[in-house]
Amino acid sequence: MDLDDLNTIAEKERAFHKKTVIRCCTAAGCMSSHADAVKAGLEKAVRDTGLGDRVEVRGVGCMRLCCQGPLVGVEPGGILYEKVTPEDAPSLVASTEGAPTKVARGNPDHPFFRKQMSIVLANSGEIDPERIESYIEAEGYRGLNTVLLEMAPKDAVDCVIKSGLRGRGGAGYPTGLKWATVAKTPAAQKYVVCNADEGDPGAFMDRSVLESDPHSVLEGMAIAGYAVGASQGFIYVRAEYPLAIKRLQTAIRQAKQIGLLGSGIFESPFNFNIDIRIGAGAYVCGEETALMASIEGKRGTPRPRPPFPAESGLWGCPTLINNVETLANIPPIIRKGADWYAAIGTGKSKGTKVFALAGKIANTGLIEVPMGTPLRQIVEEMGGGAPDGAKIKAVQTGGPSGGCIPAHELDTPVDYESLTRLGSIMGSGGMIVMDESTRMPEVARYFMEFCMDESCGKCVPCRAGTVQMHRLLDKIVQREATAGDLSTLEELCDMVRNTSLCGLGQNAPNPVVSTLRFFRDEYLELLRKEPNGEPAVTAGAAPAQNKEAS
Amino acid sequence: MDRLKLATVWLGGCSGCHMSFLDLDEFLIDLAGKVDVVYSPVIDVKEYPDGVDVCLVEGAVCNRDNLEQLHKVRRRTRVLISFGDCAVTGNVSAIRNQLGPGNSENVLQCAYIDNAQNGPRLPRAEGIVPELLERVRPLHEIVHVDAYLPGCPPSSERIRALLERVLAGLPLKLEGEQLKFG
Amino acid sequence: MAAKTLTIDGKEVSAQEGATILDAASDAGIKIPTLCHLEGVYDIGSCRLCLVEVTGVAKLLPSCTTHVSEGMDVHTDSERLRKYRRMTLELLFAERNHVCSVCVSNNNCELQALAWQHGMDHVRYDYCFPKWGMDATHPLFGMDHNRCILCTRCVRVCWHIEGAGTKNVAGRGAKSTIIDDLHQPWGESDTCTSCGKCVIACPTGALFSRGSTVGEMVRDRSTLEFIVNAREKKQWIV
Repeated sequence: MDLDDLNTIAEKERAFHKKTVIRCCTAAGCMSSHADAVKAGLEKAVRDTGLGDRVEVRGVGCMRLCCQGPLVGVEPGGILYEKVTPEDAPSLVASTEGAPTKVARGNPDHPFFRKQMSIVLANSGEIDPERIESYIEAEGYRGLNTVLLEMAPKDAVDCVIKSGLRGRGGAGYPTGLKWATVAKTPAAQKYVVCNADEGDPGAFMDRSVLESDPHSVLEGMAIAGYAVGASQGFIYVRAEYPLAIKRLQTAIRQAKQIGLLGSGIFESPFNFNIDIRIGAGAYVCGEETALMASIEGKRGTPRPRPPFPAESGLWGCPTLINNVETLANIPPIIRKGADWYAAIGTGKSKGTKVFALAGKIANTGLIEVPMGTPLRQIVEEMGGGAPDGAKIKAVQTGGPSGGCIPAHELDTPVDYESLTRLGSIMGSGGMIVMDESTRMPEVARYFMEFCMDESCGKCVPCRAGTVQMHRLLDKIVQREATAGDLSTLEELCDMVRNTSLCGLGQNAPNPVVSTLRFFRDEYLELLRKEPNGEPAVTAGAAPAQNKEAS
Repeated sequence: MDRLKLATVWLGGCSGCHMSFLDLDEFLIDLAGKVDVVYSPVIDVKEYPDGVDVCLVEGAVCNRDNLEQLHKVRRRTRVLISFGDCAVTGNVSAIRNQLGPGNSENVLQCAYIDNAQNGPRLPRAEGIVPELLERVRPLHEIVHVDAYLPGCPPSSERIRALLERVLAGLPLKLEGEQLKFG
Repeated sequence: MAAKTLTIDGKEVSAQEGATILDAASDAGIKIPTLCHLEGVYDIGSCRLCLVEVTGVAKLLPSCTTHVSEGMDVHTDSERLRKYRRMTLELLFAERNHVCSVCVSNNNCELQALAWQHGMDHVRYDYCFPKWGMDATHPLFGMDHNRCILCTRCVRVCWHIEGAGTKNVAGRGAKSTIIDDLHQPWGESDTCTSCGKCVIACPTGALFSRGSTVGEMVRDRSTLEFIVNAREKKQWIV
């Protein structure tokens, strides 16, 4: 396998295409509304009408506007059909020959689509994720070829450093620096791990990438493996993503078959294999040390760092752990260069970020925008605001570890620093929009319940502290809490944040702290009052007329 | 200056704390010289009086009677001291909470029916037998508590240490091993 | 190995490279409270009682797993740390059913002692009163989950000193529990050698010798120390 072979595969693939291409979304969102039946219907209609030589039906990955699925796109013409049913198939196929159709059409010129900038999702909704040829046609594996044949490992690391790419899994650590640390640590065996244990409620960016463009992740891992000197990769993906797992398995098999994974890739001395490890559903296994323990077959609990995985990771070997989206950024960075990438985004946050828009918003789905895009543009312009004319109250970013950004801060540019300044985090990219009907203490209680249930139980503040914080929040929501309970809650937030072992506990208070910061009135409103209207002091009675003897 | 008005109250506990109080021996004589004991299980006063300066409350809050009594004590007392582990933590009295909601029925069933030797019968007499609460609670979960005197029972030395601070007008805080539960 | 010089609570201390802050402090006679730490088995930094402040480091660091470094300035007893430690202890007491007065370990319990040492006169959080059972199927020992603080000392001695691997942790969060083998009654375990190291290691009254009643469970850790010294330092006679 060499570059010529890649080009030959791409040409063959191109030659195979028909005049009209009907793209049918086959990612999990649309599949849940029977996109598979729609695709089968379209294929049958093409056969029945004998249009097989002119029309091609292609199963593709996520076409982004999940709330209107199943989505079908027709080229040429750039037509987007929404909420397509299997019964619509004959009419849709006939329309490619000029017949009228009553199937609802979406607006591809809506800001939701127009304001996106696709790097990670470039192939998503375009290529067939189950065929490696489709990926190769879209410039796939060219980055790996360039790296292996034209670059020293150090050049690859430098390229990633120069691009300014930061980890997309949550913390935003500079990816290049992480690579450099692993590359510099001498060891006979090193590992590359792809963290695909996406678990934040409302987040489905990584799932979409895996389902829509699995080869980009494999290519990113192989490039990382070459750069840091690893020959083995693991993808740690959660069992709740069966379609992603299936497509990854297909992709790995196909890449091995044509020599893009395995020994002597592109006739270089570089060997690289990738195995899948399936998580059993623990949220904490997204934390890197817990993830490694789980891969090693142990109970998935975090351990104190240092040592960091870059020095001592899987089985004590230096290990590079990157998130799905981070790795999917690598092939385009290599193909188009670090300068191209570094020109996108803001001063300290480069490139684009994929967000999963969910909650009280008209257009739910996936968007990819340059870093620094104002939140208002994302939720109001692209997302179309809250449905039925309701007012947006806050946007929750960063999942259970994140915070709520109030409507009056919507002009904040979305980058790592700005979100941190507002007491939230970029996180993995979940964005939950809330309207005026949302009660913030209940939101805080929901996220606290999530953290309480997902705490691994190893360290005391997270295991027992989240239980007490949840009790206090419940008491507040039930209007049974006193001002004393609120200060106990705040004291616990401080303590759990500062004493927990891993990020789960350290960030568990964030939803409480950020809603208290911007929506304190809502908490005070719920505190129990004495019959005379004064705030209650203790649980049962006795106003504080009795002070201590001294 | 008026003599300090001291009271002791026995809620849901075994009275062991009061036994320990009686173990103060000759200090009881000193104490009697300095305070008026205005209410206690060991003296014959039926109604908890107003204007009590210091009250030691033994036992957890287990039934409706305890609850009403505690609220009354709190209203009429300047300094309320949680006296012993049941008052401070719930202790043995609260073990039934582990049985979850409905535990009071289970407890009665176990005590008065399952293990009864003669005439198994639930004690139900309106206005005489107080109704058990769903959950046994330590005092500070219900009212403001000014000081804590843990121990099961607190030793007489420990009780004396706290009472001496009361008499001297010092902050009512025990330290070190004086705070040990159990 | 190079020696490192550091300051702990204002006191100049020297320690071997690779030593933990906890080792260095204890050599210097400075006591840092611990609960999951046990001499002889590796540390996991889970109880968070031994957290210390290190000048220039924003986060609190567990002294049992943090290695000393040159010029480190460590504070082990600030007001903030004392406050957090008391809160940690209160959380432990509220979490399960710790009734000192009727416990086999009354007066010999590390949790009980830490509580009074940290001025815990009462617990400000609601007691959870969870329903936990007790395993009395083993002929020699018993396990009362009501008193377990999940420090996993028993798990670590079982795997790394005895090498039996009987004890383990199952479940998540507050529902985590110590199990035997594949979560079967202890008495039916195929792997338990009845060595009793777990009982020796337990800081509370969770693991106990059968037949002991209130306050009778006294643990002699010298057996553990002897084995570890023999293995690691080749010292057969103590």
